Amino acid sequence: MTSDNVLIKVRGLKKHYNGGTIRALDGIDIDINKGDVMVVIGPSGSGKSTFLRSLNLLEEPTDGSIDVEGQIITEGKIDLDKFRQKMGMVFQHFNLFPHKTILENLTIAPIIVKKEDKAAAEKRAMELLARVGLEDRASAYPVQLSGGQKQRVAIVRALCMNPDVMLFDEPTSALDPEMVGEVLEVMKDLAKAGMTMVCVTHEMGFAREVGNRVVFMEDGKIVEQGSPDKIFNHPESDRLKDFLAKVL
Amino acid sequence: MSISFSNLEKVLTYLPMLLQGLEVTVLLSLMTVLFGFVIAFTLALMLLSDVRPFRRLAKVRNGSPARLKRLEFISRFNPLRLIAGIYVQFVRCTPMLVQIFLIYYIVFGFIQLPKFTFFGFIQFERFFPGIVALSLNSGGYMSDVIRGGIEGVDQGQTEAARSLGMSKGQTMFHIIIPQAVKNILPAVANEFVTIIKESSVCYTIGVQDIMFNVKSIQSASFIIAEPLLMATFLYFCLCFPTSKIIQYFERRMRASDQR
Repeated sequence: MTSDNVLIKVRGLKKHYNGGTIRALDGIDIDINKGDVMVVIGPSGSGKSTFLRSLNLLEEPTDGSIDVEGQIITEGKIDLDKFRQKMGMVFQHFNLFPHKTILENLTIAPIIVKKEDKAAAEKRAMELLARVGLEDRASAYPVQLSGGQKQRVAIVRALCMNPDVMLFDEPTSALDPEMVGEVLEVMKDLAKAGMTMVCVTHEMGFAREVGNRVVFMEDGKIVEQGSPDKIFNHPESDRLKDFLAKVL
Repeated sequence: MSISFSNLEKVLTYLPMLLQGLEVTVLLSLMTVLFGFVIAFTLALMLLSDVRPFRRLAKVRNGSPARLKRLEFISRFNPLRLIAGIYVQFVRCTPMLVQIFLIYYIVFGFIQLPKFTFFGFIQFERFFPGIVALSLNSGGYMSDVIRGGIEGVDQGQTEAARSLGMSKGQTMFHIIIPQAVKNILPAVANEFVTIIKESSVCYTIGVQDIMFNVKSIQSASFIIAEPLLMATFLYFCLCFPTSKIIQYFERRMRASDQR
């Protein structure tokens, strides 16, 4: 892969709490390429989520740099709101806006942030909603939806901003088991359509099947990374073997 | 001292005065809730603000741990929050009566207010300082309620909005405040009841509210107890239905939460 294919370049990323006594991230170096479906795995508390949240600066790193499409976002000189439009994010607990209908949830950001025309934003939202099979719930409120439906809406909400990258922070961890499939299905379609994705997940099946790169993190560091085949079938480090023995 | 029906009858002839007082009390309370809310909201935003002029100091890496800790402490300094914090503590830790005198005799001792009456009998130069003092007081108390209501909205809501590219202001206005209102409204309504009662201290600076007229009736008729009882009755009639109405709406709101 050539270097101009790199979308996000992370160098020496650190996040310390309590003046360095707690190191959630302890020097992360990684390149995320266009079209990558990168799956981040690791035990809880290993810094996966912190890493993901650093990518759109929901978490302010203590040190290191993140370069997104040639912009160094960690220097504090960029328009953060503008930059975040390019990065969709999906959360473990959906975080839909409970006081707005599904359609309003989808169109609020395009309308007030991108100043899109209301009718155009709604038309686009309905098309995307139809893709995840929820067009008939447009006028419902989030509380009336099941967990799986909420997460599908949350994915569509991020898509409505036309992002270059989608970040998934344990998107299926808060779901009942029978609803995990429908969400993963939507993510799979998204990956097939060529979206660049970074997913923190415990779904090893998804990592193996959909991911083209798997990153294993522990104690704020990247311990091992490679293709799903390499990570799952030929793990090198003991810590990864240990982890896989527990989860598979 | 005795309470007698003949006294009560005599006092009843002064009823129009008490009703005028009632009018003033209601007007005073309504205006106070309104201005108090504006003040409280401003204070709450100040308390929640993230203005840190020395935030860069937290990025300093070299130096002893003690020095780094000190710099980190300074980096967290927020002048807006400090001012609002001092203000709220001042309001809470001084008596309402003292505050009203401070406003009337000192602040409006320097600032000359135009002297005129409105609604036929309300003296502006006394009524206005009364509203100012009550609003400043209730604003201080309510600011904490509003801050709590805003902080009570799930952090994930802010994260979701910001990750969609909304600015801090847009997030506050479109996402947080509409949800916070639900948390805040009952407390603000209760504050209204409190203000109705608190407003009675305004008679000390000559605002013609219920208590002021009680004093007038007492000195005109030399009857002490009965005017007080009537005032008690009036205050109760104002506050009791108000708090019942609030309870009703509170219950309805809670019901709509469990849709």
